[in-house]
Amino acid sequence: MRPLIDLINIDKVYDNGVVANNGVNFSVKKGEIHALVGENGAGKSTLMKILYGMEKPTEGEIWVNGEQKHFNSSTDAIAATIGMVHQNFMLVPSFTVAENVVLGDEPRKNGLIDRDAVLNITKDLSDQFGLFVQPDAIVNSINVGMRQRVEILKTLYRKAEILILDEPTAVLTPQETDDLFIAIRILVKQGKTVIFITHKLREVKEISDRVTVMRHGKMIGTLDTKDVSREQMANMMVGREVFLDIKKPKIKRGEKRMRVKNLSYVSEIGRQLLRNVNFNLYAGEILGIAGVEGNGQTELVEVLTGLKPAAGGTVLIGDCNILESTPREIRLRKIAHIPEDRLSNGVAVRSTIEENIIVDRYFQKPYRNGLFINRKVVKTECENLIEKFSILTPNGKLPVSSLSGGNMQKVVVAREFSSEPEVLIASQPTRGIDVGSTEFIREQLVEIRSKGTAILLVSADLSEVMSVSDRIVALYEGEITGVFPDASKVSEKELGLYMLGVKQQTYEEMEKYL
Amino acid sequence: MTFETVIQSIFTSLFLVSVIRISTPIIFPALGSLVSVKAGASNKALEGLMLVGAFTGVMVSAYTGNVWLAVLCGMVVAVLISALLAIFHLYLGTDLFIGSLAVNMMCSGGTTFLMYIITGDKGNTGNLASLSVPNVHIPFIKDIPFIGEVLSGHNVFTYLAFFLTFVIYIFLYRTRYGVSLRAVGENPEAATSLGINVKRVRMTALIISGVLSSLGGMNLSMAYLQMFARDMSAGRGWIGLASVSLGGKKPLGTMLAAVLFGFSDAIANQFGSLDIPAQLVTMIPYATTIIALVVYAIQQRRAILSRMKKFQKENEEQLKGAPEKSE
Ligand SMILES: Nc1ncnc2c1ncn2[C@@H]1O[C@H](COP(=O)(O)OP(=O)(O)OP(=O)(O)O)[C@@H](O)[C@H]1O
Ligand SMILES: [Mg+2]
Repeated sequence: MRPLIDLINIDKVYDNGVVANNGVNFSVKKGEIHALVGENGAGKSTLMKILYGMEKPTEGEIWVNGEQKHFNSSTDAIAATIGMVHQNFMLVPSFTVAENVVLGDEPRKNGLIDRDAVLNITKDLSDQFGLFVQPDAIVNSINVGMRQRVEILKTLYRKAEILILDEPTAVLTPQETDDLFIAIRILVKQGKTVIFITHKLREVKEISDRVTVMRHGKMIGTLDTKDVSREQMANMMVGREVFLDIKKPKIKRGEKRMRVKNLSYVSEIGRQLLRNVNFNLYAGEILGIAGVEGNGQTELVEVLTGLKPAAGGTVLIGDCNILESTPREIRLRKIAHIPEDRLSNGVAVRSTIEENIIVDRYFQKPYRNGLFINRKVVKTECENLIEKFSILTPNGKLPVSSLSGGNMQKVVVAREFSSEPEVLIASQPTRGIDVGSTEFIREQLVEIRSKGTAILLVSADLSEVMSVSDRIVALYEGEITGVFPDASKVSEKELGLYMLGVKQQTYEEMEKYL
Repeated sequence: MTFETVIQSIFTSLFLVSVIRISTPIIFPALGSLVSVKAGASNKALEGLMLVGAFTGVMVSAYTGNVWLAVLCGMVVAVLISALLAIFHLYLGTDLFIGSLAVNMMCSGGTTFLMYIITGDKGNTGNLASLSVPNVHIPFIKDIPFIGEVLSGHNVFTYLAFFLTFVIYIFLYRTRYGVSLRAVGENPEAATSLGINVKRVRMTALIISGVLSSLGGMNLSMAYLQMFARDMSAGRGWIGLASVSLGGKKPLGTMLAAVLFGFSDAIANQFGSLDIPAQLVTMIPYATTIIALVVYAIQQRRAILSRMKKFQKENEEQLKGAPEKSE
């Protein structure tokens, strides 16, 4: 049988000379779940953008359903029943969920958009495929999990038969990932075909029928998933041995670096998102926050870094309450921050890599030379970081927008780590990063912790929290429900009970460990 | 005139009529600016486009004797010029602001030059027999005392301006093209990924804003006055631009902001008859606006903070009975 999709000898050279795809052959059978894996910058997104008509291949043929296609824009790909959910969400923030779903193809009555139909269509689609959304919520106010589902509904509304999901789980919690997998299975049962990009090899094993591995723009091979182990996949991707576990030197806990007392946060609409949170960060220790996304982690990080005003409580660094400080002042106290959403808070995409790296320090020596920026210092410093963090780019003068998703994340991580922080607040530091680099970043976290940095680690990936942290607190509905002084002695199951609020320690029990 | 008589005159129908009259030529470019801003390509050539509209309208009406043909020609010229601006910006990579400035200067100089060639006068076309659009007397309403005086008897453009506010609202929020246009302005990548042609949409938006501006210009030269005068747009295009921000980038808000500017202008006119320097008086509307915006922003911030504190207190009271201590 002819494959449903056949990409033959695809080459792609971007305007800036980067060879993103090099003689790639890729085929997908009807009705399968096909995983696509590879390191950051391997060319996965590029290949999929070519299939979706957003980028033109420099060379090569696209066959869909036995017909050769020449896509001029995504309109053509949509017409060929291809739908894509992008790695970086493509939603209009001020529009409602329903408006986003039908955008560009709204149902009409008497020539005007039929608003009721817009809502109903979204609701029906959402029911039909088990993808829960609130049709009338403004996209700005919904969490990433729902945004993801909105993106999938968008493609389904356009009658997509072939769905490309570019790292859909990178931003999801384990629970949400499970829900997504259920939805994907429903889709496949209804005859759809799914191409699924991920960096989490566990997910590849769990959901896919076949897997294609890419490395450095080349296709390494396509295999039946059941025939390969995670280790084999990792080796194919990276071309060397990868250790999925990390080794941690013994903890040497130092002084209290940050004291958080009775911290509360209330949203503008009056929801109490943090309630009397108490904990201390110690030099040389990683404190992990375990929690289902949406239980106050985001707010906690934003309050601690000065991005949102607290409603009550204090956060002391020494004797200074940083709740009254601006983000710049907080940073000058050597508190670094890896934000959870790299695109909105982590990088300025139109600025160059160099500019993004020095943005928190250009006004200090040695980056400044009188009134001017010392270009030479900046250049050498950035070259070092690009090398050290293996950011895949020809040079640091390119805009961050030309990087692959994972490499953008590495720019953020490079900046924050290199600022030699005393306290590091890391939110989803390895989101969207390939196995090799994830290993590297986790090692780095452990390394600066061993050198005495106090780290607060927030991650949707529970296994990351458990393997990297020294001590863990569980957060449920904005409250700390439990504290585990030795992260290696708690089981995933036990932690889960606290994360879901089933079990709760009393304040007296927790006090001495917080 | 004394201060009291000035205040008294504000409460007359005559004053309200003048507010409406003065606001109209601001509403047009304001709506034009709104459409272009919503598409993410803010047209700043409104001044120039008003001028060419005003000039073309006067010339065509004077030489053909047909008002409606004149209006049509004014619009067509604006379409051509804004399309040119759009092509330079969208396809040839000119910065939109610089392009707009060029258009403004070109139109200002161009209209004066042509006026001189055609009429031999550099100041205005007072010696040409150009026409103005008719006034409309609304049946029934015109007979109601006060209301009739205020609402009836304006020129066609005035009613058109208010009607267009409504049309633009429907266009932006209830039609496919309008919704796409807003999407393009907010997230062009998202629009592209759905097959919406960003450049084409922006082109359309710039042209619409050109046409609306030209209507504002013709309102000046074929209703407000019955002639073209050099640089007669006199900053109304820029005020229109400001109305968009003041009006929260919404059609109704933009229109109301334009009326607010008209209102302050009318007041300034009244005060002009007092013994206060004219320059000081004309500053009033703008100074008020700036102060109002600053106060508004501070208020907003305060309100959010105090709301948070209030919620926090309420929540704390609920929690009493199970008090949690700090270390
Ligand atoms: N618009 C662009 N212009 C120039 N170069 C680009 C552009 N988009 C991507 N690249 C480059 O092409 C290469 C492949 O990028 P691509 O986004 O396909 O990687 P990826 O496999 O999806 O990586 P990730 O897992 O990090 O998302 C990278 O080196 C990247 O820097
Ligand atoms: Mg990618």
